[in-house]
Amino acid sequence: MRVRGLVVRYGTNTVLDGIDATVERGEIRVILGGSGSGKSTLLRGMLGLAPVVAGSVEMLGENVNELDDDGRQAVMRRTGVLFQNGALFGSLTVAENIALPLREHRDLPEGTIRELVRMKLAQVSLSHAEHRYPAELSGGMRKRAALARALALDPPLLFCDEPSAGLDPVTSTELDQLILLLRDRLHMTVVVVTHELASIEAIADSLIMVGGGKVIAEGPMAQVRGAGIKAVDDFFARRSHTATADDRTVSALFTAGVTEAARSTNQGGG
Amino acid sequence: MACRPAPPRAPSSRHPRHHAPTGGDCIGPTPRSPTPLTCEEAVGSDAQRRVWRLSGPLDADTVRDFDRQVQRRLPAKSGQLVLDLASVPTIDSAGTAALVDLWRVSQQRGFEVELREAQPDVEAWLSLYRVPLAPPPAAAATAGGFEQLGASVANGVSAMVDFTVLAADVTVSAVYALMRPRKLRWSALLQQASLMGSQAFGIVGLITFLVGLTLAFQSAYQLRQFGAAIYVATLTAISMVREMGPLITAIIVAGRSGASITSEVATMKVGEEIDAMTVMGISFTDYVAVPKLIAIMLTVPLLTLLADVLGILGGWIVGTIYLDIAPQPYLKATVDALVLKDLGTGLFKSAVFAWGIALIGLYHGIGVRGGAQEVGRATTQSVVSAIFFIIIADSAFSILFYVVLG
Repeated sequence: MRVRGLVVRYGTNTVLDGIDATVERGEIRVILGGSGSGKSTLLRGMLGLAPVVAGSVEMLGENVNELDDDGRQAVMRRTGVLFQNGALFGSLTVAENIALPLREHRDLPEGTIRELVRMKLAQVSLSHAEHRYPAELSGGMRKRAALARALALDPPLLFCDEPSAGLDPVTSTELDQLILLLRDRLHMTVVVVTHELASIEAIADSLIMVGGGKVIAEGPMAQVRGAGIKAVDDFFARRSHTATADDRTVSALFTAGVTEAARSTNQGGG
Repeated sequence: MACRPAPPRAPSSRHPRHHAPTGGDCIGPTPRSPTPLTCEEAVGSDAQRRVWRLSGPLDADTVRDFDRQVQRRLPAKSGQLVLDLASVPTIDSAGTAALVDLWRVSQQRGFEVELREAQPDVEAWLSLYRVPLAPPPAAAATAGGFEQLGASVANGVSAMVDFTVLAADVTVSAVYALMRPRKLRWSALLQQASLMGSQAFGIVGLITFLVGLTLAFQSAYQLRQFGAAIYVATLTAISMVREMGPLITAIIVAGRSGASITSEVATMKVGEEIDAMTVMGISFTDYVAVPKLIAIMLTVPLLTLLADVLGILGGWIVGTIYLDIAPQPYLKATVDALVLKDLGTGLFKSAVFAWGIALIGLYHGIGVRGGAQEVGRATTQSVVSAIFFIIIADSAFSILFYVVLG
């Protein structure tokens, strides 16, 4: 998977400004960055869901921009996506949600579909919720059901948007374990967007750090973290690096040495 | 499978590692695999212990082959079945599921299945998945006729109770609010009222004008035969003011404002906004429901007045142009026909319709459970029930005014 010079623009608001990134086969690459840094947009840009103004996306050996609709669909069929809120179909039960891509894209006997659905559900520890509707599930269960659906067609390439957001630590760790298992056993390539440090440390083979619409750092985990880039160090040390010189605390407004106070605020902020 | 055709049958030799799907994009079975799956009886197989050798990939594309060649030839009862997987280079989750399905059948019929000689990559798939041991539950039995009847009666009763509680709560709160007008949210109320009024103004006017026109035409055709054309004025006036004006206005408002009340409240409910109000100590009834109720009860009678006037205007145009009645006598006949009571009952009815529209809208909005797709359903439900309510209430009023009160 290769992204070259990707520019995404909503109206006049340029969210991504020339992103270059590579994801190797069989690795788990984590896209990270603070809120609003454009990491989710990068994911959507890769999937063709965001308005891409310039640049190219190469996925599973095909240049997605140059494909016609059929070709693009064929690539998408081999790509699994776990959306942030699951995006399950509300009018279908969990089992029907997972069976949908199987019925649409595969010619399988009923018994096989049934067992396949149960296998995928057992994989995400959701066997008991087979016949429930998404509205009857908790956020974490919904996310796991969505992962089961994303995996229904055994995609070689999996995208996860904030897989652990809103999950308890146990479920979140289970999810991380599952992603690792998919990489190890099925040699799956996984692109994960997240800002959860625990999750990043557990699963990431390599990182893409996004900030201000650009790639700040990219490469294997150890290399990125050892490079001494301030934004990366701040991120892992849970320090804010977004405080600007324009905002200061209210008390600073009433203090004589405003500049001095503001400076100290920015350094210690976060 | 997908990308590299599986080598021709080579039962004894394991494929070298690089033939295995290490490449990420070899996992998915598209494009369609050219290699079929075959199954043949191995040497040393007998009726008690069948040994079948599978050759070729066992994946989503060949599951049908598997189904045809294996599932359909399974032993009817006890015995042993050995599947030799040595020549199965690759498998995927669909293939794995097919094996699980086979096992499920063997459990039912009482024979044994054994898998043998699975290659490491195939073994990896088989050990990756867990399946519940219990067979899939049979589809829930559909309730019988009596059960369904009982359930729907029970649902109806509990819905009536819920509606009554809500209606009483909102109505009492509205009366209370009107007694202490300082606490009322006048800005929200007036904004709602003007929105409802201005939105419905044009369509109510146009439709009732056309209804008045039609009424006059229809009655003129009959009345002219008796030389009683002037009674067109009387008939149009009374039926517009007592019946058609309130009814048509209410139905239009139910479709516009009733639906918008439901969708607004349902969206708030789905987005947990109502819960947020509750925990902030803001009363949903006072803050949202009461202004809507008062606004609609102000607006609908006013729209009804407009409807009455335009309906009569429609009749007047027919009378003067088509029936050659002079404009003045027509208007005089109209005024003579109407007594204040007619106008009063019409407006009273329209206020009651408005009350029903608001409360039915609120009821369906609050009752939403689940996600965003429920909002649409609740809105449709709300409009249907509101129109139903309007017609029922209108019949009840007809009986009340004509039969009981004379």
